[in-house]
Amino acid sequence: MSALLEPVFGPFYSNVIGTLVNATQWTIYLSLTAFIGGGLIGLLFTILKISPIGWLRKVATGYIWLFQAIPLLMLLFLIGLGIPSFFHISVAPWVAASVSLTLFTSAYMSEVWRGALESVAKGQWEGGRALGLTFGEILWFIVSPQALRIATPPTVGFMVQVIKGTSMAYIIDYNDLMRWGKKIANSQLDGAEPYIIYPMVALIYFCLCFPLSKWSKSLEKKMATRSR
Amino acid sequence: MFWFCRTAVKGPYRVQKGNDMSETVAAGPAVSIRSMSKWYGDFQVLKNINLTVKFGERVVICGPSGSGKSTLIRCLNRLEVHQDGDIVVNGVELTMDMKKVEAVRREVGMVFQSFNLFPHLTVLQNCVLAQRRALKRSKQEATEVAMRFLTQVRIPEQRDKFPGQLSGGQQQRVAIARALCLEPKIMLFDEPTSALDPEMVNEVLDTMVGMAKTGMTMLCVTHEMGFARQVADRVIFMDAGQIVEQNDPESFFTNPQHERTKAFLGQIL
Repeated sequence: MSALLEPVFGPFYSNVIGTLVNATQWTIYLSLTAFIGGGLIGLLFTILKISPIGWLRKVATGYIWLFQAIPLLMLLFLIGLGIPSFFHISVAPWVAASVSLTLFTSAYMSEVWRGALESVAKGQWEGGRALGLTFGEILWFIVSPQALRIATPPTVGFMVQVIKGTSMAYIIDYNDLMRWGKKIANSQLDGAEPYIIYPMVALIYFCLCFPLSKWSKSLEKKMATRSR
Repeated sequence: MFWFCRTAVKGPYRVQKGNDMSETVAAGPAVSIRSMSKWYGDFQVLKNINLTVKFGERVVICGPSGSGKSTLIRCLNRLEVHQDGDIVVNGVELTMDMKKVEAVRREVGMVFQSFNLFPHLTVLQNCVLAQRRALKRSKQEATEVAMRFLTQVRIPEQRDKFPGQLSGGQQQRVAIARALCLEPKIMLFDEPTSALDPEMVNEVLDTMVGMAKTGMTMLCVTHEMGFARQVADRVIFMDAGQIVEQNDPESFFTNPQHERTKAFLGQIL
């Protein structure tokens, strides 16, 4: 890619851009891992949170409280640095980063989805129950499809938070866009001053997040105009 | 997560129409309530209710708002949980056993004040869903049954519309058809016409009168006293969580015994 950029940006900056864009893939991988992993675990805790069994609800509530109350940075330190030194094991940065972001994402997603499920009118549950449907059947066939429409815009919107959150993983030496940007900006090379490199990094984050924000907004609008 | 899956329902409470079991069950009363009480926190909504309803009987329950009549009817398919006494519906006692409760709910249809149709499904899908899941009917059979009952409530042509595209009266008729699709033995109505515009009340009442003529066991909370006179075998008056008075409609309306009944009738007639 550097070869393509060279006529426009010159050898130095095409190298910088190439490095940053290359590092962006790790930001994207981490975001996707966090989003898929967090989504699945979040879904599990959403279901526990609304389940008819009391102690399962309590477990889910505790989980959500815990991981919503701990800052992401703290999770990264705990899992990336605390656990390895306490148990004398090594935890790869990508593992620590994935786990931390997954926990963080799951707690938020389950809150968003629980809210969406609970915003579906109570009468829908009663209608299903009166027809002899089970909890799972009502959830799957009646309530979830209605909640999905409500939950989609905030879910897409939260993807933006996840992508930005991955930038913190540089602190435990995860080789993402942020870490490479910092490396280059910290170098003493001419033209690699922080005021040049960081805006480039920010621009790449913007390019990742902006389309998602736009998409979330358009979904919201679609929801609002859909008359029911 | 056992509440997620539906296990095959076997055992004595699985009543299948047309076999020996239904004969034995049908011999008992449709509904039998014995010294039943219910509280919301400290507030007692139902006080020592005793009530027996025979199969084929049509009962209208009336009373001022807050008298517990809706709560009573909702206890019969365990949308509300009673704390004291026994409720036996269609030969099955309502307890914490969800399998039994679900079995009762398949035999007891309910029509709500607010319809509670599923807005993301078409009229036909609304009628087919529970048949497919709860009765394990084939898609073809479920569709045929649905169309039969949609025809009975006189809206077969609306099958592919969504509930939001229908009038209130049409929605309530779909809700009635949806409940009938499970071919219940008992139908519960919780103020089915109270949320309707006045001009739509009659189309729903006519449907209910038609149902009464088929011999359906009906328990109906309503303020439609004309309907009560026309179809009820018995009218029950509730006040402050108690059954104050019950009688056949003629005696109930012309010769009420209790002061509270007289006051209530004086207000609504």
